[in-house]
Amino acid sequence: MIKEMICISCPMGCHLSCDITDMNDIKVTGNTCPRGVLYAKDELTQPKRIVTGSMRVVGGNKAMLSVKTSNAIDKHLIFDSLRLLNEIKVNAPIHIGDVMIENVLGTGVNFVATKEIL
Amino acid sequence: MEFKNLVIIGGGPAGLAAAKSAYDSGERDILILERESELGGILNQCIHNGFGLHTFKEELTGPEYAQRYIDEINDRKIEYKLNTTVIDVSRDKIVTYVSSNDGLVEINAKAIIFACGCRERPRGAINIAGMRGAGVYSAGTAQKLVNIDGYMPGKEVVILGSGDIGLIMARRMTFEGAKVKAVIELMPFSAGLNRNIVQCLNDFDIPLHFSHTIVEVVGKDRVESVLVAKVDEKLNPIMETAFSIPCDTILLSVGLLPENELAKNASVELSNITGGAIVDDSMMTNVDGVFQCGNVLHVHDLVDFVSAESEVAGQCAVNYINGKARSAEKIEILTTNGVRYCVPEIILKDNEFKPLALKVRVANVFKKVKLQVLLDDNILISKNRAVVAPGEMENIALTSEQVQKLKTANKIEIKLVSEVL
Ligand SMILES: Cc1cc2nc3c(=O)[nH]c(=O)nc-3n(C[C@H](O)[C@H](O)[C@H](O)COP(=O)(O)OP(=O)(O)OC[C@H]3O[C@@H](n4cnc5c(N)ncnc54)[C@H](O)[C@@H]3O)c2cc1C
Ligand code: SF4
Repeated sequence: MIKEMICISCPMGCHLSCDITDMNDIKVTGNTCPRGVLYAKDELTQPKRIVTGSMRVVGGNKAMLSVKTSNAIDKHLIFDSLRLLNEIKVNAPIHIGDVMIENVLGTGVNFVATKEIL
Repeated sequence: MEFKNLVIIGGGPAGLAAAKSAYDSGERDILILERESELGGILNQCIHNGFGLHTFKEELTGPEYAQRYIDEINDRKIEYKLNTTVIDVSRDKIVTYVSSNDGLVEINAKAIIFACGCRERPRGAINIAGMRGAGVYSAGTAQKLVNIDGYMPGKEVVILGSGDIGLIMARRMTFEGAKVKAVIELMPFSAGLNRNIVQCLNDFDIPLHFSHTIVEVVGKDRVESVLVAKVDEKLNPIMETAFSIPCDTILLSVGLLPENELAKNASVELSNITGGAIVDDSMMTNVDGVFQCGNVLHVHDLVDFVSAESEVAGQCAVNYINGKARSAEKIEILTTNGVRYCVPEIILKDNEFKPLALKVRVANVFKKVKLQVLLDDNILISKNRAVVAPGEMENIALTSEQVQKLKTANKIEIKLVSEVL
């Protein structure tokens, strides 16, 4: 069986065709780069997303700090992870890459800062 | 009157990349003028990921991508002024700006790069009954409110237009606890990237109604609901199909327009297709020494291509300042058979055989086609495409050898051909 999907690993948005006759040996075509194959396999077995959001800042030159998960996390954890961001405020100064929340929901993935705040 | 070799208008990704490459081409007398209180342009409010995979081989968020370039500017100690708005550019390259620090200042520049981005189509451009009430925002304004100011514009949202900002905001508002009821798109296809439909709408079961429009906004002081109807082939609403969606907020994502009022005053010739200047392969406009790059030239969906294009503009501006003569002979690129435009529009018949990117948009959704570049009716490049769509810019990268062929041709044509033929 062939399943069509769009690779979301980058904005190219390649149209992928995945032969899922054998779920242990998924064959992918239509990808421009190897990330497309990884994406298709993940999406068919365990869909994941990078989550981006923001946190309130105390005492900085900006009201909001933007953050992202350092890696993709399971799709069904998205909303629980976002709730964590609203629970705490963070203190300036903050640098890109600083870990703001460690080990989000036991995934081993961190929320890290994506903006410089003085 | 002050004097500068190179003045760059706008400190977004286009302006920063142009400044960096001008510096690296040997120019030291550079000034960036930026209206906002920080460098980075629209990227500062685009906190989602998906930037820089081509340039940095990693996936960054907007602010991270911007910071990479801001660091490059600071490392080189390139001069920039914030909170500084350019209010006039004259044909003889006098740039007038205002800022609270300097007041009103005139600079006589040898070369100018317009890198001032685009703006959203205003709500006045859309003619819908009742559109005046509170609760109507452009998607970009809402993005700024949520991501920069930390303020949520509403709880129950309908989005008109499926441009990328609208799609990104559908997810963002959902993340912040709002209910996005629907995205309404007039055309039978989306103006946004496919990946954004997947990860911003499908992931959260947000319905996307193609060939529909809002016919009326109900609510006296604040939006209470919208009336949505299907449209026929001529895009006229079919009133019998109308249905109501209760909501307190409408986001408009109905397209971006290059910001070219200043350029017009400087006698820069604009394309009525892109809304930006008509440029040659050095990114120079019809006015000698005036260049354009980034979203002011044509609306890009990928910042990586903005950076690449702007580096060309920066380098060529330095060549111009250094007195490198420009070839008088040029050739216009013909776009036919489903290809809406190509930037640059004009190729100079000089001996600059450097790699070049042709940026192309198609007029409609086509399946199973070849995108071809023909020189004197012979195929130079032919790319197979399962699907092409107006929302996705095609970037045709040419090698030096291919550019040499391009520059010696008498006719250049870009077109789509059906694969079955
Ligand atoms: C919502 C949204 C989502 C996007 N998502 C992605 C994505 O996922 N991946 C991706 O690769 N790309 C994405 N893009 C595209 C990318 O961000 C843009 O193409 C890019 O930012 C354009 O850069 P620019 O420098 O031309 O314009 P801008 O970033 O708009 O910068 C122009 C600058 O000029 C300044 N300016 C304007 N007029 C004046 C004046 N008169 N005087 C002084 N300064 C002035 C402005 O203040 C601004 O800072 C997205 C864009 C938007 C809007
Ligand atoms: S296959 Fe590669 S190029 Fe295509 S969308 Fe996925 S990551 Fe991007």
